[in-house]
Amino acid sequence: MLNYDLVVVGGGPAGMAAALKARECGVKSIVVLERAETLGGILEQCIHTGFGLHYFKEELSGPEYAAKFIELLEETDIEVKTDTMVVEITKENVVKAVNNIDGFVNYKAKAIVLAMGCRERPRGALNIAGSRAAGIMTAGTAQKYVNLDGYMPGKKIVILGSGDIGLIMARRMVLEGAEVKMVCELMPYSSGLTRNILQCLDDFGIPLKLNCTVIDIHGKNRVEGVTIAKVDRNRRPIKGTEEYVECDTLMLSVGLIPENELSRAMGVDLDPITGGPVVKENRETTQKGVFACGNVLHVHDLVDFVTLESQTAGEGAAKYILGLEEEENTVATKGIDGVRYVVPQMINTNCGSDVKLYFRVGQVYNNAKVFVESNEKVILSRRKPKLTPGEMEDVVIKKEVLETLPVGSELVIRVEV
Amino acid sequence: MVYDVAVIGAGVVGSLIARELGRYNIKAVLLEKCGDVAMGTTKANSAIAHAGFDAKPGSLKAKMNLEGIKMMEYVCGELSVPYKDIGSLVVAFNEEEMGTLTELLERGRKNGVPGLEIVGQDRLREMEPNINLNAVGALYAPTAAIIGPYELAIAAVENAVTNGVEFIRNFEVKAVETQEDGTTVIRSADNVIQAKFVINSAGVFADDIAAMTGDGGYKIVSRKGEYFLLDQSVGGLVKHVVFQCPSKMGKGVLISPTVHGNILIGPNAVDIEDKEDCCTTAEGAVEILEKARRSIANLSTRDMITSFGGLRAHSVTEDFIIERSESNPNIIHLIGIESPGLTAAPAIAVYVRDMLLSFAGKFEENTAFDPIRPKPLRFHELSDEERRKAIERNKAYGRVICRCEGITEGEILDAIHAPAGARDVDAVKRRTRAGMGRCQGGFCGSKVVEILARELGVELNEVTKFGGDSKILFEKTK
Repeated sequence: MLNYDLVVVGGGPAGMAAALKARECGVKSIVVLERAETLGGILEQCIHTGFGLHYFKEELSGPEYAAKFIELLEETDIEVKTDTMVVEITKENVVKAVNNIDGFVNYKAKAIVLAMGCRERPRGALNIAGSRAAGIMTAGTAQKYVNLDGYMPGKKIVILGSGDIGLIMARRMVLEGAEVKMVCELMPYSSGLTRNILQCLDDFGIPLKLNCTVIDIHGKNRVEGVTIAKVDRNRRPIKGTEEYVECDTLMLSVGLIPENELSRAMGVDLDPITGGPVVKENRETTQKGVFACGNVLHVHDLVDFVTLESQTAGEGAAKYILGLEEEENTVATKGIDGVRYVVPQMINTNCGSDVKLYFRVGQVYNNAKVFVESNEKVILSRRKPKLTPGEMEDVVIKKEVLETLPVGSELVIRVEV
Repeated sequence: MVYDVAVIGAGVVGSLIARELGRYNIKAVLLEKCGDVAMGTTKANSAIAHAGFDAKPGSLKAKMNLEGIKMMEYVCGELSVPYKDIGSLVVAFNEEEMGTLTELLERGRKNGVPGLEIVGQDRLREMEPNINLNAVGALYAPTAAIIGPYELAIAAVENAVTNGVEFIRNFEVKAVETQEDGTTVIRSADNVIQAKFVINSAGVFADDIAAMTGDGGYKIVSRKGEYFLLDQSVGGLVKHVVFQCPSKMGKGVLISPTVHGNILIGPNAVDIEDKEDCCTTAEGAVEILEKARRSIANLSTRDMITSFGGLRAHSVTEDFIIERSESNPNIIHLIGIESPGLTAAPAIAVYVRDMLLSFAGKFEENTAFDPIRPKPLRFHELSDEERRKAIERNKAYGRVICRCEGITEGEILDAIHAPAGARDVDAVKRRTRAGMGRCQGGFCGSKVVEILARELGVELNEVTKFGGDSKILFEKTK
């Protein structure tokens, strides 16, 4: 058994930022456990630019963004174990991990930061009918093949789902000489960022077909084509709108799922909407001393916000380890009337700082107003020209306001058109 | 090459026959059209060892089913194949169906099925707390079990090869000719072998193979069934194999745990022309869900991780046909081995072996025959201490490749280098479960491709999903 003040599970942008912040706050022994061969997480395969505009005020590629944090980590004595898989976390904060150098190791931690990221929804979850031929893959898998392994995963491509990875991959495959026939999106709007639709589809003349889905996949050995169809308001295919599209590859970008198998097994409460742990403003989960940040908590649009959130978690973990936690006066947060979720789900009104609440809406709103209310009293309101499910929103609750909230009350965010 | 015996088709039946042939000092070969064993019906079915009340008394199906279920646990033990005797329930939803249960019970008793009983509503609800409130009773068959069907075929071939049987993959039989001396020449597009005796266990293609030997009278209908698989997180949904009582509405669908802790739902039944069409359909999905909700009313599709289709070799005669060829008595045909074919497979293997011995003359016993196929190491099943030791022994067990199922590089290497080992991504998946979990290979798929390429000494873009032209990658990027 090895003893550490802080064990960080995951060495992507979230884990790295949390570890660095905890160190800055005075935590002595820290180890970061990363399952991949290198630090950086999914950023390593995101060779396009667009990262860092908020945090570094410059436009970086994924590996460049990661490199900045890897360099900072290397300047510290924070330990890093790559190619190391955490297989279990016990209720007593023992992190069990394996790698092929140290073998099977138990790490006993005073505090733990969960930063395992997320995974892509696979084909099976959609139950698309048809063949099981080669050539059906998630956009992220295709991205790894083309960017890290250097092989073309397809040449004539249909993309289902307009999540950001799908949009990025549409452009990427065209730049590599493939033909991207279309991006089909089940919903009447894209779940990706507006800037990605402009830069990755519109600039390359790739059609985005809204209210459209893939209903059948053809081909015995390799995909030979797909049948697409328009869908009605209930997302059901409309008879007579079927269209055969020849292609050798179907890429899926149909959603991301926070990867919480370890969290669930250790008994951390999960939010059914976000798929991530329920946390306080310091990103502490329902289990004392266990924190969560980044895409394992809720899926973010931009890594910059992952970094900021993870610093909050790192600071929270540091305060916990150093015994500097504030006395608890908890209020809950809740999204209603079009607000799908709010993170954090709980706030300690004694936390001594302003608290930023992140939230997502369930549909597109134009010219809407966002209200934050406590006991039906409006605390603040913001006019938003446009709200979409693809763009995470936030509001800041001032420290002075927080202190006035009754203990045990509920802070509600809602949208009004 | 001249063999004593050639078995055509490495499904679960052909694989177990090949294993039986390993008991003798003969030259035996198992020919498989695809790149791996278990590529037909064996890889996509209900994975159940049936108790045996379904088959018509006196039929070969009934006889083989009963003998098969008696042998199954032992054979699975010898071959280290997952087996769980969880029992089955045929659920009735009204009084008329309760009447049918009595008929099934009677038929089962005639077939010699032990322990059958009809349970009432309360007992049923105790046994299956999630069952639909409409359910009024069930036929309980304690001897029914769940098994790993493709694991059984893979293990049988591994064991056969270890005992001296040859396995030739990618050998699609194109022509069969009988020579004057009674031996048979079997040709694929690029290979040819000879055998004194031939066993045709080609599943849905057995009638086509029979036609090549001059026996054109068989007709197999390819009957497709679709299934859903649910995540292990809802693995406790049912505790037994839950069938629905056959009625005017048809045979119903089953809901069953799998040996790996998932839940399997299906199948429907659609006769199709194409003997390779395993595509799932939107209509099939609707049909299965609708039927399954009769058993579990609030069945949710949220935990669905995949769906798949499989083909049954349905014979128009309804019974199994296992007989010598009329045109060449040195050939044995196995026709229409559909459900309960998996259950029957160990018994069929012995039945065919004995039939062969009855006319082939005495084969010398292979005194070195080892019936045991050692259990492959499963890292995630080990205790902490065993894991520590495994990694000390082989570092590759310290590298987790498939995070959902906790499969290590060492296990994948074992699968590739086993007798009749894995040559493609799906073959690795069937042997190790890498890629079977909730992400369905999203993360580990590319790593498995890398490991296969490295171990087989090929480029990444030569690695296939399931053999043949199922390549995953095209050329290198610019």
